[in-house]
Amino acid sequence: MSDFKALSEAVIKGDIKTAIAETQSALDAGSNVRDILDKGLVTAMDEMGERFSKGLIFVPQMLRSAKTVKECMKLLEPLFQEGDVISKGKVLIGTVKGDLHDIGKNLVSMMMEGAGFTVTDLGVDVPPEKFVHKSQEIEPDIVAMSALLSTTMPAMPLTIEALQKAGIRDKVKVMIGGAPVTERYAQEIKADSYASDAGSAVSKAKKLLGIRG
Amino acid sequence: MIIVGEKINTSRRSIAEAVEKRDAEFIGKMARDQAQAGAHYLDVNAGTFLDQEVDCLCWLVETVQNEVGLPLCLDSPNPKALSEALKRHKGVAMINSISLEEDRFQSLLPVITSQPCHVVALCMAQKSMPTTVEERVEVGSELIKKLTDEGITLEKIYVDLLVQPVSVGTGMGIATLGAINKIMNDFPGVNTICGLSNISFGLPERRLINRNFLALCISYGLSAAILDPTDKQLMATLLAVEMLLGRDEYCGNFIDAYQNGRIAGG
Repeated sequence: MSDFKALSEAVIKGDIKTAIAETQSALDAGSNVRDILDKGLVTAMDEMGERFSKGLIFVPQMLRSAKTVKECMKLLEPLFQEGDVISKGKVLIGTVKGDLHDIGKNLVSMMMEGAGFTVTDLGVDVPPEKFVHKSQEIEPDIVAMSALLSTTMPAMPLTIEALQKAGIRDKVKVMIGGAPVTERYAQEIKADSYASDAGSAVSKAKKLLGIRG
Repeated sequence: MIIVGEKINTSRRSIAEAVEKRDAEFIGKMARDQAQAGAHYLDVNAGTFLDQEVDCLCWLVETVQNEVGLPLCLDSPNPKALSEALKRHKGVAMINSISLEEDRFQSLLPVITSQPCHVVALCMAQKSMPTTVEERVEVGSELIKKLTDEGITLEKIYVDLLVQPVSVGTGMGIATLGAINKIMNDFPGVNTICGLSNISFGLPERRLINRNFLALCISYGLSAAILDPTDKQLMATLLAVEMLLGRDEYCGNFIDAYQNGRIAGG
């Protein structure tokens, strides 16, 4: 059985051409689609997230790897059977009301997707009601909120309150992040988790859902 | 080049602690250091204090102006905080900032027209952040038009064309530069201003990237910058570029800064 090392390495380097070729040759050799995904692509993105959190790699490298994974997924997706559980979990994400900053939130989305989560992105300036309605519709495992301004941070507890009022607060885990946000603030507003960057957002999300590795 | 010192901002932990304890000595030193380094305005921001922002900003205005004679750049989107701070401010303040977001524009308009002041016009549209040169110029032009319609002269307007990280899109640097150039050409007399540090988010050697970006901004026409004037390498870049563009008679500012130990080479 192949160990998908060459594929992982290509993802880490962001070498789209080689990664696609490796994915194709793994498929041609009869490898299990699930294995290619988990042991080739997701492993590589986990590694990238870890290196990013440690400051060893930088945003453009992460974007390049995420794009590589996306291209490889195009080969894999048609091969999954209906009903295959390929997602690590559902994440609903958005930048809170009054805040138009999307760069950090987009990085988190991308890393989450690369790590095997299914991400629904509500965009920017998302009012609490919208988080609630979408949560009722898609029943996410995690609701993730971003704010870049100290003046828009208070929309986070308002959203948590709205989830509570709608009776779904205990059905989701709430994660928050963004430049002015802190661990202490997360505790104050009773969010379930805080992540300081896109790499640690993935590991925190896994921890919240009890996923190993 | 108009320099706005950025250091008195409660998003920095040491400043937040000093404001919390009302440590006038610490804030005073921060003000003095920036003034001596060549700042023309000092930015004051107490945004992280949320419901206590009004009190904290007013305390900062009084504390800083007790220490140095400079006008301040009052940094808040909160009309109440700004109008209270303005009451205590001596001289002509700069308001940072108004934007095209409808609520923000309408709520800040009475504040900036109530007395003479300079105003930073942030190129943020109602529902999105501009990314291209054209989008920036469109939002900037509309802001200039709305502000001049209210009687604010071009010289008092500082258009902030937004800086976004080049790490997430390699066209982000040139998008800001192109917009600076266009706005300065289309509206002679207006000012352009920007912060620098966003450009280098997600990359190594951020200070090096920031000061090279500053050099490019100045050469594209930027007339004001929000920065750390105590960063001697950054100030060296600023003064060298101004000199090289023929804006420093007898190279006097550059030499003076060197002889007074205010700049350092790379």
